[in-house]
Amino acid sequence: MATQHRHTPRPGLVLEVDRSTPPVMFHHGEGFRLEKLPPGRSRVIYPAEPKTGIADPDNAIRQALLNPIDEDPLPSLMRPSMRLTIAFDDLSLPLPPMRRPDIRQRIIEQVLDIAAEAGVDDVHLIAALALHRRMTENELRHALGDRVYDAFAPQGALYNHDAEDSHGMVTLGYTSHDEIVRMNRRAAESDLLVYVNINLVSMDGGWKSTATGLADYQALRHHHNVAALQQSRSFMDRHRSELHHSNWRQGAVIDAHGPRIFQIETTVNNNTFGRSGPLAVLQKREWEWTFKDRVSCMAMSKSLKVTPPAIQRAIFQAWRAPYELTSVQAGAVEAVHERTTENVLAQHLVPVEGQTDVVTMGLPYICPYNVNSTMNPILVMCLGLGYFFNLYRGKPVVRPGGVAIMSHPTRPEFHPVHHPSYIDFFEQLLAETTDPAELEAKYEQQFATDEWYIHLYRNSYAYHGVHPFYMWYWGAHALQHLGRVIIVGGDTAAVRRLGFQPASTLADALEMAADVVGSQPTITHLHNPPILMTDMA
Amino acid sequence: MIVESLTGKRILITGATGFLGTALVERLLRCIPECELVLMVRPGRHGATERVKRDILRNEAFKQLRVACSQTDETFEETIKRRIHAVAGDVSIDGLGLDSAGRDLLASCDIAIHAAATVSFDSALDDAVEVNLLGPKRIADVLREVCSPAHLVCVSTCYVAGNQRGAAYEQLITESPFFVKVDWQYEVTCARQARNNAEQNSRLPKRLASFKAQARRELGAAGRPALANKTESLRQRWVKDTMVKAGRARASSLGYPDAYAFTKALGEQALIETRDGLPISIVRPSIIESALVEPRPGWIRGFRMAEPVIAAYARGLLKEFPGVPEGIIDVVPVDLVVSAILAVAARGPLHTGPDVTQIASGSINPLKYAQLVDLVRNWFIKHPVYDEHDQPISVPEWSFPGRGRVTKQLKKVQLLLETADRVLTLLPLRGRYAEMSVNLDEQRALLERAKEYVELYGAYAECEAIYQLDRLMELWETLDSEDRANFCFHPSVINWSNYVQNIHLPSMVVQARLKMTANTHSKKSHSHTDRRRLQVMSPQRHLAVFDLENTLIASNVVASYAWLATRELDDLERVVFTIKALKEIPRLLALDRKDRSDFLRYFYRRFEKAPVDLIATECREMLSDLLIKKSFPQGLRRVREHRQAGHTTLLITGALDFVVEPLRPLFNHVIAAEMDVKDGCYNGHLLSAPPTGESRYQVLLEFARDHNCDLRESVAYADSTSDLPMLEAVGFPVAVNPEIKLASLARRRGWLIENWSTSAGTPNKLIPLAPRQKHRTCHS
Repeated sequence: MATQHRHTPRPGLVLEVDRSTPPVMFHHGEGFRLEKLPPGRSRVIYPAEPKTGIADPDNAIRQALLNPIDEDPLPSLMRPSMRLTIAFDDLSLPLPPMRRPDIRQRIIEQVLDIAAEAGVDDVHLIAALALHRRMTENELRHALGDRVYDAFAPQGALYNHDAEDSHGMVTLGYTSHDEIVRMNRRAAESDLLVYVNINLVSMDGGWKSTATGLADYQALRHHHNVAALQQSRSFMDRHRSELHHSNWRQGAVIDAHGPRIFQIETTVNNNTFGRSGPLAVLQKREWEWTFKDRVSCMAMSKSLKVTPPAIQRAIFQAWRAPYELTSVQAGAVEAVHERTTENVLAQHLVPVEGQTDVVTMGLPYICPYNVNSTMNPILVMCLGLGYFFNLYRGKPVVRPGGVAIMSHPTRPEFHPVHHPSYIDFFEQLLAETTDPAELEAKYEQQFATDEWYIHLYRNSYAYHGVHPFYMWYWGAHALQHLGRVIIVGGDTAAVRRLGFQPASTLADALEMAADVVGSQPTITHLHNPPILMTDMA
Repeated sequence: MIVESLTGKRILITGATGFLGTALVERLLRCIPECELVLMVRPGRHGATERVKRDILRNEAFKQLRVACSQTDETFEETIKRRIHAVAGDVSIDGLGLDSAGRDLLASCDIAIHAAATVSFDSALDDAVEVNLLGPKRIADVLREVCSPAHLVCVSTCYVAGNQRGAAYEQLITESPFFVKVDWQYEVTCARQARNNAEQNSRLPKRLASFKAQARRELGAAGRPALANKTESLRQRWVKDTMVKAGRARASSLGYPDAYAFTKALGEQALIETRDGLPISIVRPSIIESALVEPRPGWIRGFRMAEPVIAAYARGLLKEFPGVPEGIIDVVPVDLVVSAILAVAARGPLHTGPDVTQIASGSINPLKYAQLVDLVRNWFIKHPVYDEHDQPISVPEWSFPGRGRVTKQLKKVQLLLETADRVLTLLPLRGRYAEMSVNLDEQRALLERAKEYVELYGAYAECEAIYQLDRLMELWETLDSEDRANFCFHPSVINWSNYVQNIHLPSMVVQARLKMTANTHSKKSHSHTDRRRLQVMSPQRHLAVFDLENTLIASNVVASYAWLATRELDDLERVVFTIKALKEIPRLLALDRKDRSDFLRYFYRRFEKAPVDLIATECREMLSDLLIKKSFPQGLRRVREHRQAGHTTLLITGALDFVVEPLRPLFNHVIAAEMDVKDGCYNGHLLSAPPTGESRYQVLLEFARDHNCDLRESVAYADSTSDLPMLEAVGFPVAVNPEIKLASLARRRGWLIENWSTSAGTPNKLIPLAPRQKHRTCHS
């Protein structure tokens, strides 16, 4: 371990590209591209190096549970006859899934120990997945460990949240903006709701955990809509995010009429690909690559090119990130979340000055909605224009009317079990319009209430029928802000279907961008992941 | 002179529904104002009068006459009513099958023009004998019986001269030195005998078994009624083929190019021998082709002799055709033939006895084979035919090979295609691959046809007889200038390059529906499929019925069984299970091919002792891991679209009901195989016959009756010929990812074909085993 911590982790960096700058690595789905950026007018933003993880996570967790913020210690909240519900973030966090033991397992085992000591036997564990797909047995085992799974699942005390179970949901009230607040009945009617969270990015956590994770379509539609997302600048910045304002208003109703909540939030570092190992090169800066790094990058690139997509997917989806816990805080939701956000931002924020004409991003193989699944074109849009574009505080890195160039194979491939409504969304709706507002007005209701999609959400492992709409709304702010979107190396037809322009090389894409931003545009490349968030006053 | 002598006459015409007959009727009605026509036609389903209206008068040849009528007081319909008498009769029956009214009408005729013949070059020997050989004699017999004074003008063919070389004169067949005298009566007996023999041979057990095997090869497990139908039609086809072959063989043994020329020759002989004083004239045209001038330049009826060959050439299919470049192609436009017949009729019978007049071009205005080929080729270079990809097809250069070489080449290609086809048929292909095989099949059919052209028409192209026109020219000399202008039959009026390039080919390509322009709108090329899809989704439809396996889901009962059976197994047990299953596959496949429902009954025994509760739980999991994963998203979407359109959706499947239970919300109704339960376990026996093949059809009928659905307004989706009874029962069948046999059927019948696939991005899974259930007992 000592060799891994040779130096204090360096902060993020803005590199001005000159003639001596080596080609820059772009993620490209289950592969990579090395691209030479035009010198003199390009810059690359690198994420901070992984912060040092907590050496004894179990102890840190215990301390957090015993010394919560603005809340009594957890053991003092337990009593034998109580109803205790532990809700936890689903498989969309962290990304990629982390190596065992997962943080959720570490925390939940301790919470369960405390409950056991206090003689609590009415304990339920709920995957707070809102309208995401149900987690499979293997995924639950990975997140919670076999011990927890085997103790609770066979008794029916460990299960996935079901937002379409009319008896399993309750209305807690309405916000000052007349937004309905709905919650999983078991969680709402518990004496104590312990929420176990992983805050991978600053969007996560706070009231969003309970107000979104345990809610249903009726409640979600108040903040998962085009207007709210267009007013969230960005949705990674809670204080300037309409998405969060709405969640916080719903949180106030939960606070007043819902269960007592003991919020446990955690943060992890940027150690996504490992400090050593086959993917380590992905979190190194190119000019620091060793000969071995170059060879391994080249070998990986070449061999991936001849590997069929399904096998590429299988290889990458098997990667488990060696994330390390950097903080854990427990107690009252809002106070805890403030502390958590500080810790997240400390890892992610990179100060940047001035917007550019063009932003380039290499999109990786994974986003929150294709864990153990297939990255479909709609998720490509969501990852690029939703997540990557919104990873900013202050101003977006690209100017209004600028161009986003994303690199991804964008194959028209869909996981039939996980994303059935995406297929229809792509083939039927996007063929007609790509305007988020029009899609919302004309089709959201139909997809959201479609009985077959609901059947698959409840009984199979499908994202809810309305989910592809949310993915599209996630990019609504970017679509409004940008003058053009180009995808490099993507399936031509699929890219066009998304309403974007296909280009085969970065040079072509820059040429195409010239129509919008002139012939010598300034360019910023986001060297993400590992995750970075730009900070521009 | 012609008009005068025919005016006021009552003229009997046989064969008026044919190419020459229609032209005759049209010309007589238009040019001989005061004649009446007695048209003897086979009555068909609608009766003689209706048939005359439908099959003759609706032809575009009458356009000019209709226009002319509209300028007079009498409408076209009134003219027809006044001047045409339809008589039901059939030249292939002794006595012509006439009723007394018909006989009376015949008795009142002044002239009888017998133009009925079976001109099809591949007609069965006995059919040709009945019509061509006995037809003229029968007409003559009846005319005599009813004491008609009529002059019988009998249309024959120049080719009665057979394969002789050099001059063929206008003399009675029996007077020709090259005529091989045979007993025509005995030929008739033998032809009828040959039919009996063929019928009997076709019923030999061995042969019937081979028809049945072939039907099964073509249709697969389509159910007993469908297979029986197919077997019978194969038997009938075999009989017909045998009779065609018999005709060709007998004709060629006597030096005729085919059964048509052979029976026509014997027909002339029979007529002369039995005429018994009846005034008779014989008119022999050569190959009759599209009109030079009347009723309009290029007018043609039906797809005639040269057209299929020319069309095949233009399509690039026929690269070579036998023949000698300096050989003469004896073609004569139909209006010239009509004029010659009318001139003979107007002239009346000769007192010297039966006379022969030939109408051909070879001796006076010959069209050389090489010249024709040049004209055709140059025209198609200027006006190419387009292929399905809208690319012009370039026509090959003609090399005038011998017939043997062409046949050999064609046979070689045919053998290759047949082998490829046989191999493809054996492979379990579906969807687009199956269509590839269907394309191959179509190529093979086209080639087969090309080969037949070569065999049949090659004989004609190689005919080197030159038909003399002395009598015709004598007749020409007797005409005044008005007749010569109005009833021209002099072959020298034909300017071949003008006729071929400006008259015949432009008309022929329309007739043959050749694609002469490229579609600039790419959408248009899909229009058939799009149109069909719109019809299928129309709100007027009542019911949309779906098969499951390979129609909505790329899976089958074996896969779902394997999934359920391996759910509780450990690794070693899985390996053993897989090996056992693989060993059993050939036997299962064979059983399935033989009879789907027997296969299902046999296979489902395996579920004996399976606990009902456990299976129900596992099936919920199987929905995701097998059914949805293997589903065709477009198919599931189609089901939902039908529901949205207000159609009743119905799943009929031979799969077990508990397997498809999780799919129930997709449909309004589900009909599946049901298994008996005993003591909380399945007992392996089905409650009733599984709904496959014809029982699926029965189930569908019952469902439609109970739910008040009109099957003609319903849609059915299926993938295999075993679903044929169901597909044929509805008005809008859709073949989904059809296997080869169904693909070719669907293509022929113009059904909508959908190629649906599993979603790209589906995780690979070679063997349908359930995922390992980890640590199920690890904490114990």
